[in-house]
Amino acid sequence: MKENNQHNILKTDNLTVGYQSKKTQTIVASNINIGLNKGELIGLVGGNGIGKSTLLKTLTKVISPLSGQVLINNQSLDNYSNLELAKTLSLVLTEPIAAKNLTVFELVALGRQPYTNWVGNLSDTDVAIINNAIKQTTIEDLKHKKCFELSDGQLQKVMIARALAQDTDLIILDEPTSHLDMYHKAYILKLLQKLAKDTGKTILFSSHEIDLAIQLCDSMIVMSDQGIVSDTPCNLIEKGAFSNLFPEDMIVFDEKTGSFRVKK
Amino acid sequence: MITSKSYTIPFIVLAILLVLLFLVNISLGSVSITFNTIIDSFFTNSDSLNNHQYIIQNYRLPKAITAVLVGSGLGISGLLMQTLFRNPLAGPFVLGITSGASLGVALVILGSSIFGGFLATFLLTKWSLVIAASLGSFLVLLLVLIVSSKVRDTMAILIIGLMFGSITAAIVSVLSYFSSAEQLQQYIFWGFGSLGDLDWNEVSIFAIIYCIGILFSILSIKGLNTLLLGENYAKSLGLNIKQSRLLIIIATSLLAGTITAFAGPIAFIGLAIPHVTRQVFNTSNHKILLPAVFLFGAIIMLICDSIAQLPNTDYMLPINAITSLFGAPIVVWLLVRQRKMVF
Repeated sequence: MKENNQHNILKTDNLTVGYQSKKTQTIVASNINIGLNKGELIGLVGGNGIGKSTLLKTLTKVISPLSGQVLINNQSLDNYSNLELAKTLSLVLTEPIAAKNLTVFELVALGRQPYTNWVGNLSDTDVAIINNAIKQTTIEDLKHKKCFELSDGQLQKVMIARALAQDTDLIILDEPTSHLDMYHKAYILKLLQKLAKDTGKTILFSSHEIDLAIQLCDSMIVMSDQGIVSDTPCNLIEKGAFSNLFPEDMIVFDEKTGSFRVKK
Repeated sequence: MITSKSYTIPFIVLAILLVLLFLVNISLGSVSITFNTIIDSFFTNSDSLNNHQYIIQNYRLPKAITAVLVGSGLGISGLLMQTLFRNPLAGPFVLGITSGASLGVALVILGSSIFGGFLATFLLTKWSLVIAASLGSFLVLLLVLIVSSKVRDTMAILIIGLMFGSITAAIVSVLSYFSSAEQLQQYIFWGFGSLGDLDWNEVSIFAIIYCIGILFSILSIKGLNTLLLGENYAKSLGLNIKQSRLLIIIATSLLAGTITAFAGPIAFIGLAIPHVTRQVFNTSNHKILLPAVFLFGAIIMLICDSIAQLPNTDYMLPINAITSLFGAPIVVWLLVRQRKMVF
């Protein structure tokens, strides 16, 4: 158990997530005990409205946990300042970026903001890290293009490069494959798998591409009405974790192929 | 942020243009003055001035400096607001700063009859207008700051600023309704804007506050660049959103507030200059944009002022009319030529 702890980049301890307003507390999910290991690609799946976004928001300190705690590198998330957290955890969000007139290089370079001086000058090391991130995501030929010239798939790669340039132990992506075509969905997830392996970073993403996630992830977190389970995809299939995801009179999970079917 | 292109040449060209226009601006007026006299007058001490030198030292030089401060200051505060609110329509006055200043001035001019007698004469001096405008914009700013420390959403601040604007506009309407024609005329003249009425004391106070505003803007550069990604990304990059927002709002208020206090509500420049600069420089990097907006703002204001004083005549057009009359077509032309807006 102790040895296992050392590999955990992120760990939750009896976490309850939800929203707190002045009078009422809305619990979205409770009893969350998950651990993310170093160098793994982890997929977070679950139906709409099950609380994936709420969980991700809690893990990234956008909202506070209702109870329990989130530990990053064995330190409570509360002990991290914004700047420290920015050096430990980088994000790829679903929201479009505001200024698309930036070049790809400039956008990726913004990932270095936590490390640069008061006016944001890049050192040689910064430039080397940026170029490396651009190389790892194979967007060298886009480097000098403006962001408004890119397709959705290209832009997603650029956003991943920006997160890489932030040089954090953990990268969290919120639905990185939404509104991409089949090829690009697979491409982005394969890229994430390769990055986790090559860089030793821990990458957590939420997605509705359960079939793809089963094939590519080292470990998965499945959120359903029955609770939250986290394990390797194979073990999860054996446990039947996926068959609870959707109402069974509509969609059934085929354990042999690891995919879902619509009931006729 | 490193930008692949080098901007040295455009900067040098603009800087030379600025110096030339500054001299041209001084030489033009109801009497034309030659360049030699201008240069001489800079180095003559104030006791032994001839007529032309006197005009330059006490009228035209302060006016040209005011034009530079007004143009660059409004441009920069417009840039800050457009980035903060991620809205191309934002300008230096979205926070209700002008409305506050107008309210202050309206209270003094239109309300002076209420006080009557000695107080009324005192209230109508220029300094009292400056103080009233500063107080007005400062109060609105204070309200906006209090509200913005409570509100999480930056867009809400935009709406709140507009609401303050409506409220003050309504109060001004009520005041005008009960005012005499003469008072109304004086208020309208203030609304025309004016660069020429400042003496050296006023210019120095103006310049000091302006410099503090510029200092805050320079300190905001990194935050502004981070905000280009949107607030959520900026936060994930370790930016202290509330602190940067405060810094940006204070910078804008200092710049736009003093400018309105000393030169009246100058329209258009604050909204247009950042667009012109983005179109020409084609970048969103504030390390480039901030100095570029400074140069463009100063240059365009000097041109507008040179046109407004109708060289060789005794007439002077309202500067506010000129900025829009000549500025708006430039922006339209730039947008049409580029066929798309750079933001």
